[in-house]
Amino acid sequence: MNFLSLFVLIPLMMLFALWLAKGQKQIRAVMVVGSSALLALSILLTLKFLADRAGGNSAEMLYQASFTWFEPLHIRYSVGVDGISVAMLLLSGVIVFTGTFVSWDMCKEYFLWFTLLSMGVFGFFISVDMFMMFMFYEIALIPMYLLIGVWGTGPKEYAAMKLTLMLMGASAFLMMGIFGIYYGAGGQTMNILDIAHHTGGAHVIEFSKQCIWFPITFIGFGVLGALFPFHTWSPDGHSSAPTAVSMLHAGVLMKLGGYGCFRIAIFLLPEAANELSWIFLILAGTGVVYGALSACVQTDLKYLNAYSSVSHCGMVLFAILMLTTTASTGAVLQMLSHGLMTALFFAAIGMIYHRAHTRDIRQLNGLMTVIPFLSVAFAIAGLANLGLPGLSGFVAEMTIFVGSFQNADTFHRVLTIAATTSIVVAAVYILRMVGKILYGKCTDPVQLKMHDARWEERLAIIVLIACIAGIGLTPTWLSHMIEGSVAPMMNHIGHVASQCNPFL
Amino acid sequence: MITIHYFLILSVLMLFIGIYGFLTRRNTLAILISIELMLNAADLNFAAFNRLLFPEGQEGYFFSLFSIAISAAETAIAIAVMINIYRNIKNNFVEHLDKMKW
Amino acid sequence: MDYSYTVLILLLPFLSFLFLGLVGKWLSHRTSGLIGTLTLGVVAILSYYTAFQYFTADRVDGVFQTLVPINFTWLPFYNEGLHFDLGIMLDPISVMMLIVISTVSLMVHIYSFGYMHGEKGFQRYYSFLSLFTMSMLGLVVATNIFQMYMFWELVGVCSYLLIGFYYTQKPAIAASKKAFIVTRFADLGFLIGILIYGYYTKSFSFDFANTAVYLNGAQPTVGPDFAKAIAGAGFILPTALFLMFIGGAGKSAMFPLHIWLPDAMEGPTPVSALIHAATMVVAGVFQVARMFPLWIQYAPNTLHYVAWIGAFTAFYAAAVACAQSDIKRVLAFSTISQIAFMMVALGVCLPEGDFTNNHESLGYMASMYHLFTHAMFKATLFMCAGCIIHMVHSNEMQYMGGMHKYMPITHITFLIACLAISGIPPFSGFFSKDEILVAAFQYSATMGWIMTGIAAMTAFYMFRVYYGIFWGTENVEYHREHQPHECPATMTVPLIILTLITCTIGWILPGTFGSYVSATGEAYHISLDWSVAGTSVGIALISIGLATWIYSGARQPIAEKLKATFPHLHKWAYHRFYIDEVYQFVTHRIIFAHISRPIAWFDRNVIDGFFDFLAWGTNATSQGIRALQSGRVQQYAFVFLLGVIALILMLIF
Repeated sequence: MNFLSLFVLIPLMMLFALWLAKGQKQIRAVMVVGSSALLALSILLTLKFLADRAGGNSAEMLYQASFTWFEPLHIRYSVGVDGISVAMLLLSGVIVFTGTFVSWDMCKEYFLWFTLLSMGVFGFFISVDMFMMFMFYEIALIPMYLLIGVWGTGPKEYAAMKLTLMLMGASAFLMMGIFGIYYGAGGQTMNILDIAHHTGGAHVIEFSKQCIWFPITFIGFGVLGALFPFHTWSPDGHSSAPTAVSMLHAGVLMKLGGYGCFRIAIFLLPEAANELSWIFLILAGTGVVYGALSACVQTDLKYLNAYSSVSHCGMVLFAILMLTTTASTGAVLQMLSHGLMTALFFAAIGMIYHRAHTRDIRQLNGLMTVIPFLSVAFAIAGLANLGLPGLSGFVAEMTIFVGSFQNADTFHRVLTIAATTSIVVAAVYILRMVGKILYGKCTDPVQLKMHDARWEERLAIIVLIACIAGIGLTPTWLSHMIEGSVAPMMNHIGHVASQCNPFL
Repeated sequence: MITIHYFLILSVLMLFIGIYGFLTRRNTLAILISIELMLNAADLNFAAFNRLLFPEGQEGYFFSLFSIAISAAETAIAIAVMINIYRNIKNNFVEHLDKMKW
Repeated sequence: MDYSYTVLILLLPFLSFLFLGLVGKWLSHRTSGLIGTLTLGVVAILSYYTAFQYFTADRVDGVFQTLVPINFTWLPFYNEGLHFDLGIMLDPISVMMLIVISTVSLMVHIYSFGYMHGEKGFQRYYSFLSLFTMSMLGLVVATNIFQMYMFWELVGVCSYLLIGFYYTQKPAIAASKKAFIVTRFADLGFLIGILIYGYYTKSFSFDFANTAVYLNGAQPTVGPDFAKAIAGAGFILPTALFLMFIGGAGKSAMFPLHIWLPDAMEGPTPVSALIHAATMVVAGVFQVARMFPLWIQYAPNTLHYVAWIGAFTAFYAAAVACAQSDIKRVLAFSTISQIAFMMVALGVCLPEGDFTNNHESLGYMASMYHLFTHAMFKATLFMCAGCIIHMVHSNEMQYMGGMHKYMPITHITFLIACLAISGIPPFSGFFSKDEILVAAFQYSATMGWIMTGIAAMTAFYMFRVYYGIFWGTENVEYHREHQPHECPATMTVPLIILTLITCTIGWILPGTFGSYVSATGEAYHISLDWSVAGTSVGIALISIGLATWIYSGARQPIAEKLKATFPHLHKWAYHRFYIDEVYQFVTHRIIFAHISRPIAWFDRNVIDGFFDFLAWGTNATSQGIRALQSGRVQQYAFVFLLGVIALILMLIF
């Protein structure tokens, strides 16, 4: 038995315990114990991983294990982690932990779906088998429909339906892509490492086939990663979802997209990635600027943050497609950083909404004097979002920009410069929002009576802020850990930047 | 001499009367009667062909007896259903049976 | 030679920030203020000690060595030579800046005790001040351009937070937002410049000539490789440097990126003194000075632009300052003008001349000298203004006048600072401004005369303010109501200390400043050029006389008459030539209304509409074909029958 499987087993046991649990106290106890165990496990995993790497274990994936699951299609339950997945598991652990505290008053059924969702997320990041990844992806997706449709706010049925349909459409593409890769590589193995290194019966995928499956797979994952123009589920979905679900969704689920794009689309189809990345680069670059500009005129806090997420997640895909080690390291850092800060943002927004019963920027005013703790949390989230040094956003963005600029050709550089403008626009929309809702004088009688955060909300917010500041102040170890895994992948891809420039 | 043709013509007529009735009647009872007509047409054919092709055999008669027994059972169930329908919607016209439709 | 204690210069204010920020809520005003001030006191002592140790050390080849006591990789970029380091680098200008920043910051900390007395958020104020001091010190001791950028952003945020200190008031919110966004926009240039520079030279390090001495524990870095950059393309380095200069122009409020600085005066006055007069706004000058060896060697022709942008800004700001009625605004524009003087001084360094010749690069020394003296007297001016505002509760000159009776100490210190900024000997401003003018005349006579003219305008508007506050028409009724009197000692002592520096530094340092700070690092002996000095002093005196003639009396017929003669000029100058309105138009009318809104609309209607259309289309198709699944058994049977007949017919034929 491999200890990575605990990431799936703990949620399973939580599900069982939740089923048996009676009363809010027991439910909370189960959730707190379970999510703390997951967080502790992910921290332990990180420490162990760092120790093993420092100890000289340079295998591509650590702690691998594999069991046959469905022989005819060569589907195996295979797990293993590298620096990227460890970072993502850490992120998921933090978000699930804080999400539990944010959804303190929710009922049993909600937590059942919530736990199932986290199981899918954890399972996705530990898998090295394409089909297992796909399966966990679907497990993570379905609960979202119910969580938004039942416990959401506003036009929740519409939003839930839209989100689910678009992501399901994406998974149809994904299914095609995965089987395309599987059969293209000889139909002998679903294991990502085997396909990449042409071992275990896999052979090189023909270039012409790669060019078919790369766009399909990339779009399949890209929809979840809010690739322009497939991002429109995100604003509606996020704004209708309950707070913790927004957090988990923007914080972790959207990272599945970036992770999948990198791990499957680019890693397994390297030649096509080189050849066709420019198309998606333009799309992702457009998304970065487009999302930011669009956020400038939003009046709903959650819409604003959703568009800012489109911009930041676009940055992830943008950096991945740059196909340099530094940029991809930056992309993973950005996933981590965006996950944490957007979770903090959604948590703060949700708590404010819960108290003020409105998310309209024009109706909120002077919150700083009424609910100082939440307002400060909100301001910190905003500052992290616009890339204040010392918080995580700065580290990620700078790595991405420097990395992207390492491409030797004009096309990539011009795009990089275009993408940098988003940080100015980010300042515009963040400060506009902060200035409007936090500063000024509060006159609304309902808002004046609002109470500040309760202890469980404070705990969640403090944990998130600590993580954001932690990454922002000491990024070296994290960057090294990620780079250790990105570099071999990039070497494998055999980056030939000049090949993929149509304008040379 | 009454040849096989007379039986066949009669059964064809019964069958098509049954089909016609099944397709056009709105009352479930009438539809049931039409089904019975079609079944009887088949039974008649069984008996007639048995007599014509295998005069020493009994299989055709047995088959029609089976068929009659089954249709009796079916009629019992059908009428029970119809009574329930009638209790619920106070008539038994097929076009009113749309409670389950979206 | 151990400099490892210098890390405390950064660490202490940071800890003070964290402590006050996290637990300040439970501390009394006095305790938190004392913690902040004492920390800063220690930092100042450490800075002085560093300076003492650094400048008394032996020169190597006639140059003070560049020392790097601390340097470590903070964020690796996995590319040859590129990594984001943090560290401390000591060279003459960074050590000089340490003195400036810690002195002014300490004075402001003490002064704020009185000025911010009883304000809500006192602890927050001190914690932000600490954070700002840390960031500013980190900026000047940066070992590489990325570290500079990082602290550059941090000072921007501190400035945002401190301008918006009175966050319940609308103008403060708007001003803080404006300050941050404008500088952020400029920083975009800085960032792109860094990217280009880093890519081509393969290093972010400030150790341009690979001569820095890395002390124990510091991780050495390889300096930039310029040959490669030049081989890449000749315009690369000038482009990168100019883009960086845009960032510097944003922070240092060069035209047309100056619009945030006057508005930034909405913040508490000590903050204006510290951030928006003495330290943060000179970051742009410091940046150009830091990159100066590259400018002079690889981009001498681009340096002209710096000079002319500076000259225009100096003129523009001086012109606007003549018409403002808010005393802090006048001081803000005078700050812009004086910083522009420093920019000009850097820009006029003779590119044709030999880079190694100290006399050709006189402007560099002059600029740093002026930075130093300006920080002291401008902080004094702002603190005096703060004292007056503290008593009068207004920034407008119409509520002042005749204040010399009530506030003698403030009056004298303000007068001395005014004389200093006007360039009257023996005060410090005279010496530094004279060097700038000499450098400008070396560059070209036109530039020299322009700058002399602007220096005269400086004297004029400063004395206009001086008379407006301390003499002129007294608002007697208002004063009877508010009973202005001299400020408490916490506020006047910093004034006196800074004034003493202003009075004496010119005499103590004239020969020596140049020997510490100069373009090449070799000692440069300042000798006054009496023809230039005489002219500028003469013109300044005439301007002061003019201001006295117009504004000193209780009634000011000439001023009224001037206003009436040139109504448009006055109105335009008063409205700062409507530059703010242009920005407002561009951001709101063009970017928001014609880019952002259409994009948001496009997203909601076209892209979203497309996906909704897909869903709707599927739905409509289903509705269309659902008639086939009517649920009527008879219909099914009919179709079944037709099928059977068709099959039979097929079998038959």
